Amino acid sequence: MASQIPDPIKIALADPARNWKVIDGSSLDKHIAIECDVVIVGTGAGGGTAAEILSTAGLAVVMIEEGPFKSSSDFRMRERDAYQQLYQESAGRQTKDKGITILQGRSVGGSTTVNWTSSFRTPPDTLKYWQQQFGLKDYSVEAMLPWFTQMETRLNIEPWGVPPNENNDILRRGCDALGIPNAAIRRNVRGCWNLGYCGMGCPTNAKQSMLVTTIPSALDKGALLIHSARVEKLAHGLGRVTSLSARGMKMGAAGVCTEAGDIKITVLAKHYIMAGGAINNPAVLLRSALPDPHGNLGMRTFLHPSAACAAIMANKVEAYSGAPQTIYSDHFLSTQAINGEIGYKLEAPPIHPVLAGITLQGFGIEHAQWMKRLPNMHVTIALLRDGFHPESVGGKVGIRADGSAQLDYPISEFVWRGVRRSLLSMAEIEFAANAKIVVPMHEDGKPYTSWKEAKAEIENLPMKTLRAHIASAHVMGGCGMGVDPRKAVVRGDGRHHQIENLSVFDGSAFPTSIGANPQLSIYGMVARNASLLAKALGGKLGGNIAG
Amino acid sequence: MIIPSKRRTFLKAGLVASVGLGLINQLHTSAKAQPANPSEASDLGTFDLKKLKNADAVLIAALAPVILAGTLPQAEDARKIAISEVVDAFDRTIAGLSPLVEGEIRELFSLLHFSLTRKYLAGVSKPWDEASSTEIAAFLSSWRNHRFALLQSAYQALARLMIACWYGNPLSWGAIEYGGPPYGKELGL
Repeated sequence: MASQIPDPIKIALADPARNWKVIDGSSLDKHIAIECDVVIVGTGAGGGTAAEILSTAGLAVVMIEEGPFKSSSDFRMRERDAYQQLYQESAGRQTKDKGITILQGRSVGGSTTVNWTSSFRTPPDTLKYWQQQFGLKDYSVEAMLPWFTQMETRLNIEPWGVPPNENNDILRRGCDALGIPNAAIRRNVRGCWNLGYCGMGCPTNAKQSMLVTTIPSALDKGALLIHSARVEKLAHGLGRVTSLSARGMKMGAAGVCTEAGDIKITVLAKHYIMAGGAINNPAVLLRSALPDPHGNLGMRTFLHPSAACAAIMANKVEAYSGAPQTIYSDHFLSTQAINGEIGYKLEAPPIHPVLAGITLQGFGIEHAQWMKRLPNMHVTIALLRDGFHPESVGGKVGIRADGSAQLDYPISEFVWRGVRRSLLSMAEIEFAANAKIVVPMHEDGKPYTSWKEAKAEIENLPMKTLRAHIASAHVMGGCGMGVDPRKAVVRGDGRHHQIENLSVFDGSAFPTSIGANPQLSIYGMVARNASLLAKALGGKLGGNIAG
Repeated sequence: MIIPSKRRTFLKAGLVASVGLGLINQLHTSAKAQPANPSEASDLGTFDLKKLKNADAVLIAALAPVILAGTLPQAEDARKIAISEVVDAFDRTIAGLSPLVEGEIRELFSLLHFSLTRKYLAGVSKPWDEASSTEIAAFLSSWRNHRFALLQSAYQALARLMIACWYGNPLSWGAIEYGGPPYGKELGL
């Protein structure tokens, strides 16, 4: 029996009147070549936004996505299926030294299909830093406002009117008890059921991801979507990209495409847009041996390295239920200068058994003691704002022998100091919210029963790779923008400094991290830059395009 | 240059751990190139293994009760089923990884299968299906806190894969009082 929730994607695909052009790269049996105005690599926040704007302008758009085309009827709220189907490297992507685990989407809609819906405009401090350090004069709060407003309207980004779930309310109560300012997070949802399984793909289509908004819109306007295809290289000469080569993915034994097959897909376009996410974008450009006269490509890749601290409460928390991440505090971003000691944003993530299990330390009884208290568990995470200090230069994307991307992100002492401070802040807040036990997610973390004990212990925890469990859900930079080609890969409008018909339209263009969940920063920046590109390519801009 | 003896041991073990991985993997794969025949794995239930070899399945089945102690079912039959489903999930997980990461896991398995490295690097004297849970726990603890980051990360890979394979399975949810997603109940499936 089918779900009672209509699946708008499956319905549209079956409707001849919609005439969607979709190619499954994994089922191609012969090489194909396609011509178009613009080809977009990646269908996440950047690619999806660009696809709608450019196809609305009347340009012939091709989107290429490495992941599969899954939609609401496929989203069954099961971690074991979702992580394998919808995430890069089965949600097990890691930095070179395996010290940071990276959650990044890989399906049509990219990370927007699986993110937790947190929506923040780029913080004014971050924009100011970009203006001062990277000469990005167009990125003022005032100049960006119409682009954020446009995308907020498009994706129904609004205050969340429902009370926070207990997991988030604990963060609120703990902050309140200590006089730490906190606020509600806006979300990109429409008619949300408050289920709490956003990370496994929204089963009710409430989340206004690219999958259910801009991509269907682009397909309705005649864009072509090629999914399950991996982009390998851009051919180039005389300062221009001349073609893009991709391969259809090969279906693996687990029903997941894990490697490219033999079928070649060639795209000839007037303009090429990279929106495959930080890590993947620099990898394609590195494989293509594009000009990189100042060695900026792949450098300054940022992660918002995130530490986590769990608490066991007297009452049920059921942090797997109810909208994730609805309360935040930026207090510790603003207690010091943006270019001083590293600041961090506090949030309360959803806690599902697999995600909790792999993040908690230990094995056997030590591990099971926490798993058995899952219903009473609260977790706070601290997202560290990297990239604003000389000792926080982020990581470097490189290419392995097999051509795949690898991020080398050694955690500096500067960042480790921030991890320790964040664990102290989180523990104090959790005890202020009446936690019975607090345990930092760290191999040497023990259960602490008072703030005094926790403080003494956390001050002595070794801050070392693989000891503290560090994760990231926000990969940014690597193709950073700036006016000076010696310090940047692309200009402020996303166009490549050396290659005329190439743009980078996603989080990889950020010259630092954002200091907030990045989706709305990507939407705003790309809405602006895609509109400028549409104009430059002779597209017709509709009345709904700001600026 | 005079190298203190402690430092020498350190270097030797480092050599085994890094250079040795590839060699051992080659030795092992040339000796046991065949994937598991489902009928060979009869004592573990019937597997339709996609990627794992029989020896891998034996290793996982030996590690599972130690890594997952505390939430695996106590009753013998239920426990057997749980372990065989963990092995199966492990196999599916490996089948979803990139060839490169799969290769890393294969190297790790080879290291654990090869009797010399099993003995001297993991400290486990008997084959995995004969090793005691105390011996296996000691191996896991020593790698967890090992001075070599490589072995620490190998421990974390093993433990996390096992943990993900178990807690992704509804069979585990009773022990942690997790009711499962509301999918069927609320969405009308």
